[in-house]
Amino acid sequence: MPANLSARLCSFALSLFLIAFALPAFAGPFEDAVAKFANDDYSDTEEAIGVVASSGNTLAFPIISALQDGRLMADSDSKKVYVTGADGKSIDAATGQPVASVPDSASAVRLNNRLRRSVDAALGSLTLQSPDLGTRLQAAQSVFKSHEETALEAVDGALAKETNKSVKTALGEARAAILLFKPDATEVDKLEAVATLKARGDQEAMALLTGMGDQPASVTKAAASAISSIQGSLAVWSTVQNAWYGLSLGSVLLLAAIGLAITFGVMGVINMAHGEMVMIGAYTTFVVQEVIRTRYPGLFDYSLLIAVPLAFLVAGGIGVLIERSIIRFLYGRPLETLLATWGLSLVLQQAVRTMFGPTNREVGNPSWMSGAFELGQITITYNRLWILCFTLAVFVILLAMLRYTALGLEMRAVTQNRRMAASMGIATSRVDALTFGLGSGIAGIAGVALSQIDNVSPNLGQSYIIDSFMVVVFGGVGNLWGTLVGAFTLGIANKFLEPVAGAVLGKIAILVLIILFIQKRPRGLFALKGRAVEA
Amino acid sequence: MTPHMLTRSLDRGATIFLAIVAACGILIPLSNLLLPAGSFLQVPTYLVALWGKYVCYAILALSIDLIWGYCGILSLGHGAFFALGGYAMGMYLMRQIGTRGVYGNPILPDFMVFLNYSKLPWYWHGFDMFWFAALMVLFVPGLLAFCFGWLAFRSRVTGVYLSIITQAMTYALLLAFFRNDFGFGGNNGLTDFKDILGFNVQAEGTRAALFALSCLALILSFLICRSVVSSKLGKVLIAIRDAESRSRFLGYRVESYKLFVFTLSACMAGVAGALYVPQVGIINPSEFAPGNSIEAVIWVAVGGRGTLVGAALGAVVVNYAKTFFTSGMLAPYWLFMLGALFILVTLLLPKGIVGTFNAWWDQAKEKRAAATSASAAAEDGVTEPKMAE
Repeated sequence: MPANLSARLCSFALSLFLIAFALPAFAGPFEDAVAKFANDDYSDTEEAIGVVASSGNTLAFPIISALQDGRLMADSDSKKVYVTGADGKSIDAATGQPVASVPDSASAVRLNNRLRRSVDAALGSLTLQSPDLGTRLQAAQSVFKSHEETALEAVDGALAKETNKSVKTALGEARAAILLFKPDATEVDKLEAVATLKARGDQEAMALLTGMGDQPASVTKAAASAISSIQGSLAVWSTVQNAWYGLSLGSVLLLAAIGLAITFGVMGVINMAHGEMVMIGAYTTFVVQEVIRTRYPGLFDYSLLIAVPLAFLVAGGIGVLIERSIIRFLYGRPLETLLATWGLSLVLQQAVRTMFGPTNREVGNPSWMSGAFELGQITITYNRLWILCFTLAVFVILLAMLRYTALGLEMRAVTQNRRMAASMGIATSRVDALTFGLGSGIAGIAGVALSQIDNVSPNLGQSYIIDSFMVVVFGGVGNLWGTLVGAFTLGIANKFLEPVAGAVLGKIAILVLIILFIQKRPRGLFALKGRAVEA
Repeated sequence: MTPHMLTRSLDRGATIFLAIVAACGILIPLSNLLLPAGSFLQVPTYLVALWGKYVCYAILALSIDLIWGYCGILSLGHGAFFALGGYAMGMYLMRQIGTRGVYGNPILPDFMVFLNYSKLPWYWHGFDMFWFAALMVLFVPGLLAFCFGWLAFRSRVTGVYLSIITQAMTYALLLAFFRNDFGFGGNNGLTDFKDILGFNVQAEGTRAALFALSCLALILSFLICRSVVSSKLGKVLIAIRDAESRSRFLGYRVESYKLFVFTLSACMAGVAGALYVPQVGIINPSEFAPGNSIEAVIWVAVGGRGTLVGAALGAVVVNYAKTFFTSGMLAPYWLFMLGALFILVTLLLPKGIVGTFNAWWDQAKEKRAAATSASAAAEDGVTEPKMAE
């Protein structure tokens, strides 16, 4: 294309002049086009956008983006156009020379909706060949969305040069979107475009296919089959997404409930202050991060690693203290224990409210926990993924501890038959204290994890306590596997009900289902059998 | 109920209690209405409303004591029955507003106009008649308790499991009533009442009458509870509380007894809620909060579980303390105190105020009886044989 070539050469020469001599440039097609912005005429502006965008001039991007933001000032008397920066400094749009001030007679170049679309498309094509990979990808996606015919040439050009695979795919999809909407594209091109969109297979591709307007019969038919195939795959992906959300919620429930399951299983004690142990863990994280922020800012990424053992010790210590000072006097009176621990939860909440204030405290995500990645059509955030892994790790460690350590053996013995265990020489009161400490400590580390996805406030524990009870009651007592199954079942059921019934009704439905389930299996899914449970 | 049964079922504590409640129910409204405002003995109207609230709480506490103290059922969801009774009364009061609402719609309450309801939801029909609303005050909580209890007791859900699922029940209702499309005013609940049976709810006379009625309801509830627990039925309930399996093996249908007393208790809680709403002027979903129900349980524990008088006393004492502490400088410490109350009462005062007092009284009486018999024996010149140690 000789015209394009000459424009390129011209702008090349121009930039040489600009850089080497910083001389005022002579009038070329670029300068003529820029001057057209000053005409205050929509069709002139559109022409100017086209010429500037395809000029390859380094000023093209600043000019068009200034036009988009209303920062492109034009003086209709002198036909001079200026780009004002966000910092208040201005340059002459035709030459790139800084100017002291924009004359008062200049006003922002006006746009209408049609022009805004060409501006978007022009910006998209301008950045299609940026050296930065992310910018190129974004540009290709924005062209895909706008699918302006004017960008076709730029897309073709970029496609020829592109080496990166994902950008190439994005460019191909952008090209398909343009061709689909181009009235004079050949039928073969359009069929190919439909196939490309079908391969993309997401909501946006479907929107394009459903909104493509009048097309040849073969294309309409291909599009219809593509739409149904995309719908099928979208349904699969939405199931996958619900399952993922469910797993994520389940892991949070499991983390919150697992400590409760231990204390309830071993001691038959309903600890209403369990949620407050979670809260204490979250506040421990907050304190650790505060200290790191003020003293050792470099350690911020390790803050959670430091907080986990600390939260375990703090919450576990408080747990042992509670057991020794209150709960041990109430054994055999589970309902009274329930009331006393409820009172304790009020005291702990109010204590934290007095110390840290009633408002939410800021707990940051370390760099390795922030961000997300795409898996097919769903987005997975790193913090949710880490919490799931962390929960499973805690579960496995706990299971191993119960199975292979002396304390675990003693705990299991006391769960199964307290009096028999005592006659075999197990110090049951020591086991009780350690169990309560362990359960509270696990609640503490649950708090560390929850501080990453929830507000750290004195009410943090309250929001989890009823759900945790449901998990324990549903899963059954004295069996950690029951808690695992209970947590993930409730999590997944909740997330699958949510899109159907809405968040609140879904939750109500779950509560009602559990109440009904309890009628069928009063001791949960995995109940201990035998006489011990009747005691 | 024959007079004989009444006297048999009333001991001295109960008689004193009834006399005090009756005196309050008569004297406080009279003093409020007849004495000049500001005089030393006149009870201001705001206090009448406040004490009326306490009396409603006392009825709720009685209903909890009936099932927890005498049958061992710890319900952490009794606030739900209270709130349902309150909503039934609130619906009647809403329908009485008529065209005096902000939007002036003769049929639809304001919030429905605001939420673009075209017609009254079916479950709002009939609430313009007082007798129907009054029936619903008993029927709705009773029906819920009956269904819930039928399911729970039949499958032998007991102890902490039952407590937890009653809590889940009130929590589910809390979430439901918060929804706007549930048709009960959502977040804001029902408020801005004007009339009850043609009397202005704000008027002093109405408030005094409501207070007297609440006292009457408290007396009636107390008498019903007394007659239940002192009958043969009550003995079976106590047996179930103390040894459920053994009672079942002896041939009693444990679940039927539990279901009866649970439903009765829910109806009482509903009446308490219905009297509560016109006196405080609002009912909203926060009444369903699980925390409220647990707080009501602690009133019973403070006053004395299984004493009835104690439950009512505990409700008044704890709520008086709450009003006293949350209105002054000590407000931030109230939750500390309430929490400590939960812990200390369960640890140190497991029988509550009245239970501890009764135990002390009985001991003192025994001692006195022993002393009298000893002195009588001494006068007779007979020396008691020494007990072998």
